[in-house]
Amino acid sequence: MIEIVDIKKKFGEQLVLKGVSASFEAGKCNLIIGKSGSGKTVTLKCLVGLFTPDEGAILFDGRNFTAMDFLQKQVVRQEFGMLFQGTALFDSLTVEQNIKFPLDMFSNMTEPEKIERVNFCLQRVAMVNTNKKFPGELSGGMKKRVGIARAIVNNPKYLFCDEPNSGLDPKTSLVIDQLIKEITIEFQMTTVINTHDMNSVMGIGDKVLFLHEGRKYWEGTNAEIMQITEGELFDFIFASDFLKDLRRRAKY
Amino acid sequence: MLKIFTSFGEYLLLMKGIFAKPEKGRMYWLETMRQCAQIGVGSLPIIAIISLFIGAVTAVQFSYQLRSISLVPMWWMGSIVRKSMILELAPTLTALLIAGKVGSNIASELGTMRISEQIDAYEIMGVNTKSYLIGPKIFASMVMIPMLVVLSVFLGILGGWLAGLLGGFYSSSEYARGVTDAFKGYDIFIMFVKAFLFAYIISSISCYKGYLVEGGAVEIGVASTEAVVMSSIVVIVVNFVVAFLLL
Repeated sequence: MIEIVDIKKKFGEQLVLKGVSASFEAGKCNLIIGKSGSGKTVTLKCLVGLFTPDEGAILFDGRNFTAMDFLQKQVVRQEFGMLFQGTALFDSLTVEQNIKFPLDMFSNMTEPEKIERVNFCLQRVAMVNTNKKFPGELSGGMKKRVGIARAIVNNPKYLFCDEPNSGLDPKTSLVIDQLIKEITIEFQMTTVINTHDMNSVMGIGDKVLFLHEGRKYWEGTNAEIMQITEGELFDFIFASDFLKDLRRRAKY
Repeated sequence: MLKIFTSFGEYLLLMKGIFAKPEKGRMYWLETMRQCAQIGVGSLPIIAIISLFIGAVTAVQFSYQLRSISLVPMWWMGSIVRKSMILELAPTLTALLIAGKVGSNIASELGTMRISEQIDAYEIMGVNTKSYLIGPKIFASMVMIPMLVVLSVFLGILGGWLAGLLGGFYSSSEYARGVTDAFKGYDIFIMFVKAFLFAYIISSISCYKGYLVEGGAVEIGVASTEAVVMSSIVVIVVNFVVAFLLL
């Protein structure tokens, strides 16, 4: 479980996070949604330790991450897996080397054991026989799958996904969403996904946190979100007049 | 002025971050070997060609000037080429060439990794990116650049010999006499002092410029250029300081 307690983050004079609190449960897909500039990415970067909040605390199963020194954070980070928006695969390494990297760096597994684990992860994301390919030879959807495989190779307790569907077609997006959902349940990870894709919200949003102007505006499930009829969240979900009209017709 | 102090402070903090216990020694070793191949072996052809011709042109230029002074024996040419190569030309020219080739390469590689979030990916995995990405580059430079300088000295002397033979300025035995005459080990000491200092300057400045890039493709280009320009300037200044203090 991850808890964030009243975190605030300032860049220069601009207060980007104005006191956000939330909790994310294990075995569930926890989605952070919001308009561009609402503070989603800053929240996610605070969670993984790329930014340090100016105030507040982040707790990973009760361990106060914000109060830790660099070395202590390094240990906790070995329990993290992250899927980046642009996948952040290492260009100079093959798919196999990319996925194997966390094992090479942190595990005491033998080489055959590592290869077996890599192949298991590749099979899990339906990317068998791509071991020797380089990231440059893969499509966007394939890169995302490899990114997921790399994120789960170390059996992480916490999985973070930054815009997992950006740049993907709707069908591939659904496949990636489903994959994230499945591995979250299978490995009982605490998954936090940063997105503004409403298909993801409706498909896998066990818990949804809506940020607006650096504050938590709404929190609930994907079923509850459809009951919203007005306000900032309504405008966000049904952004176009067409969708607003469709929603009103569905209501009556 | 404040910006200079801020940048210097950032540079010092970055250098401090390198000295951390490696997560896994074998991975650091492999990365260091990869960097040695890239920095050392990759620079071999250009250093070899340039050193050979610099030695040759030094011999031709000095021979041209010394021929008009009949009091100076031509066997001195070997000594002149040797001293020039050891004390000045090999360390400085190698450093400037490496600053252009390797410095820009390091800055753009790290810059691209920063922009494409690869450095963030390493950090989130729990890797100390300062020590894993920068440490091996600096260490590999400090191992390989002095080796390149030694090679440059030998090839420069060889170039001087070939140029003398081709131009008929002196015989092989005259040149060999000059090369071995009044040899001082202290010159080699100065050459290595310069080589180690230049290696550190080029690699650390290039890493600093690349690691802290913010923005996009344009900023990577700017960082790469700045790495080369700043490394070259600092190398020239340090070259003077070392010569002034040690000679």
